[in-house]
Amino acid sequence: MADRQADIASFLPLAPATFHILLSLAAEDRHGYAIIQDVEARTGGEVSLSAATLYRSIHRMLEEGLLVESRERPPAELDDERRRYYRITPLGTAVARAEARRLSQLVAMARARGLAPGEA
Amino acid sequence: MRLYRLLLHLYPASFREEYGEEMCRILRSRRQAAGARGLLALWIACWEILPNALAVHGSLLRQDLRYMIRSLRQAPGFALTAIPVIALGIGATTAAFSLADFVLLRPLPFPQPERLVKVSESLPGYPYLEPSPGNYRDWKRQNRSFAAMGALRPVSLNLVGPSGPERLEGAAVTADLFPLLGVRPALGRFFTAGDDREGAAGTVLLSDGLWRRDFGGDRAVLGRRVLLDGAPYVVVGVMPPDFSFPRRQAALWVPIRFGEEDFADRTNYCLQVVARLGRGVSLRQARTEMGVIAARLERQYPKDNRQTGAALQPLRDGTSEQGRLLLLALCGAASCVLLITCANLANLLLARALARRAELQVRAALGAGRERLVRQLVTESLALALAGGALGVLVATAALPLLARLVPVNLPVAGVPAVDLPVLLFAGLLTTLTGIGFGTLPALRACRDAEMGGPRQGVRAGGGRRERLRSALVITEVAVAVVLLVSAGLLLRALTRIQATDPGFRPSGVLTLRTALPTPKYENTGRRADYYTRVLGQVRALPGVTSAGFTSFLPMVMRGGIWPVSLGGEPEDRGADHSASLRYVTPGFLAALGVPLRQGRDVSEADTFDRPLVAVVSASFVHRFWPQGHPLGQRFTFAFHERTVVGVVGDVRVRGLERPSEPQVYLPYRQVEDGALTFFMPKDLVIRAGVEPASLLPAVRRIVRAVDPEQPISDVRTLSEVVADETASRAVQARVLGAFAAIAFLLAGIGIYGLLSFAVSQRAHEIGVRMALGARAGEILGMILRHGALLAAAGVVPGAVLAYAAGRAMASLLAGLDPGDAPTFLAAVALCLLMTLFGSLWPALRAVRVDPIRVIRKE
Repeated sequence: MADRQADIASFLPLAPATFHILLSLAAEDRHGYAIIQDVEARTGGEVSLSAATLYRSIHRMLEEGLLVESRERPPAELDDERRRYYRITPLGTAVARAEARRLSQLVAMARARGLAPGEA
Repeated sequence: MRLYRLLLHLYPASFREEYGEEMCRILRSRRQAAGARGLLALWIACWEILPNALAVHGSLLRQDLRYMIRSLRQAPGFALTAIPVIALGIGATTAAFSLADFVLLRPLPFPQPERLVKVSESLPGYPYLEPSPGNYRDWKRQNRSFAAMGALRPVSLNLVGPSGPERLEGAAVTADLFPLLGVRPALGRFFTAGDDREGAAGTVLLSDGLWRRDFGGDRAVLGRRVLLDGAPYVVVGVMPPDFSFPRRQAALWVPIRFGEEDFADRTNYCLQVVARLGRGVSLRQARTEMGVIAARLERQYPKDNRQTGAALQPLRDGTSEQGRLLLLALCGAASCVLLITCANLANLLLARALARRAELQVRAALGAGRERLVRQLVTESLALALAGGALGVLVATAALPLLARLVPVNLPVAGVPAVDLPVLLFAGLLTTLTGIGFGTLPALRACRDAEMGGPRQGVRAGGGRRERLRSALVITEVAVAVVLLVSAGLLLRALTRIQATDPGFRPSGVLTLRTALPTPKYENTGRRADYYTRVLGQVRALPGVTSAGFTSFLPMVMRGGIWPVSLGGEPEDRGADHSASLRYVTPGFLAALGVPLRQGRDVSEADTFDRPLVAVVSASFVHRFWPQGHPLGQRFTFAFHERTVVGVVGDVRVRGLERPSEPQVYLPYRQVEDGALTFFMPKDLVIRAGVEPASLLPAVRRIVRAVDPEQPISDVRTLSEVVADETASRAVQARVLGAFAAIAFLLAGIGIYGLLSFAVSQRAHEIGVRMALGARAGEILGMILRHGALLAAAGVVPGAVLAYAAGRAMASLLAGLDPGDAPTFLAAVALCLLMTLFGSLWPALRAVRVDPIRVIRKE
């Protein structure tokens, strides 16, 4: 268990692109363009991943075991068979959770110094 | 969009195949979404590719390296073999290259060095002879080919400095020499035409080294007076630190002064002439013009300039032909070692790839593409090559001081060869090429196997293309090893043959040193005689000394000093067959050197200038001029006077052990006019003793100091050292080549061993079956040994042919040894057989120990 904790900790802090991809896949399996669109929609267009950044990140995340390629395909009428779908792994989920915890702790600290909105 | 697709090629192929299409599709969708700003989106996308592609490459590299470290940790033997193998190959090649680069390739440290030429006189038998002042002056006046021409004469001068009197090497130069080379003084000024004039105050330029050592690097040295050979000189300048001309030890320069009488004698070969080609003039044009001028001078001075031509060569080529050949042989040997290294590396990698077949198959099955596997393997071989290369540079750095002894002393370049930037670049390039070149092929083969499922584990025959390739590599190694062994053997045999040459004197137990007497102080023959008599008298009285004497020059140290001989009033012929080397000697010199007296007597104290002029000649002199014998009492004209032969002695190898020498003539030191032939003034003291020669030195120093406190002593050496120096560069050469041959031999042995052990493990099943069917251990042993012998034989035959060719190419280094020298070839072949036996023995024994039951059950 301690090993696994150390493993997860070794990923932190996550690059913004990596975190966004994990968040996007936490909801459902998606293909590349869907991830880009989801990130844009969630951030109101503030974060726009380029294809190059997206696939470099995916390539690395696959190697690191944060993602896998999903074998389940959407219904045939919606599927484009040339597309690849990605699914978050349990490790990916754990890493995303750990990153979220790290970020919220940071925000809490900032709040305590009056640097962030919310209760002091 | 096409640009974008093109840029995708910056990614690793596996990445491109995986994601390229999707990336294009996304970009297309985004362009549509962006509408009017679609083009901008495309540009941004293109810009983003480069950093991302680099990042992907980096992450793959990290991954490969991690993987490599893990797998090397599991099998460290491979890395421990491969890295030293590479280090030896790269190290040997790098060291040889730095030396060759330093001596042969690197331009001289002057602007436009390729325009500088050395101009010499030529006579039949003497292709490059030092020009006389008269001819130099006429060449300089009449030529149109050169922008400038200058001359110099090496001198050595006694400087009475802060640490007592010392002897310094330098040159007397014409005022136009330094400007013509294109150098500038670091301090002060060069000589001017005024300094050249007779009667002008003496001026001197110091080398940077001398200035720092004797004058503390003081800038106020300009204008300081120093005493050189007892005469006052004013320091006018200091040369830059990297300037050493014409030789590396040059410490100071003085103006050369010609009197009218210097120009009169055109047989006084004493100058070195350097010229810079004029704009647009080729060396060939200059040669043609100088040929015309030389022919004109020959008509004008038919007696002195008979058969005299002008010879031009690039200043760079001033180093001896033999020195170049030695270096080229060294480079050839180094390339051989590198070749063997590469063959061995390729073999190691092939074997390793085969051993990892299963692992590669698993990775391929898990979806790793071929490109990805090749990349992994090439990264590994490159990393190994770099590690080996780095170690190799260290090897080269350590080896260079040894090799530096091969740098000729007359190379006008300061410093010693070092591992510097060009050399490092060379080593880096070599390493990369080795790693990629010899890593890719095994990787491609291994991956093809892995993709195709590979030869099944059960396949056992030793045949197949891979086996053939590996055998070819081992055969190449053996062939190259034979070439190196034979070459090293030939050089060693040549060395021992030269060392066994009789120099014509007995070198052991003799101390030599130089007390160069300055002029005008010692111009007077009587004053000189007084010096010699007093020094020799006290030296001979030292305990253990058996004989002692002075001579103009020691043999092998000064090889020239020749003079034309004429008999019975015939005109002088200055060709090689009418020249003899001239030495003025004191009584006792010939005995001290150990030259045997064959007839008549030695020179004596009674041979003074007012008595009949006499000479002692060598046996070859008699043979040439009076072949019928009876030389005593014969007369010949030599060095301005007619002389009578009073003694005959054995021949001495004046020009060294490897070259024929002119016959020798020894003249009594008193039979010369005051101020004449001062160049030939006796200065080298030779002392033969029954005690250790070096132990006499303090006493000799005291004696010289007592006779003349201002007289420095230089060039202290034993006569054995003088002779050993003759073969020093050869000895280094033979040793280096021997080391290369030993490395090659070892590597080829490892190659045979590796191939056979692999073959044995591949054929374990077959061997097991054979043994189960009743084959005896002896038969199995014989089978493997035969395999090894076959490999060796296949390598030895072409190797011997190549070795013969190599031997012929370096025939001039072999001192007359036949390039097909049978003992050398036999020894090399025998060594190769021995190596094969040792290389095969261990695998063969392993084959014998194969347990048939276990092997067959494994199937």
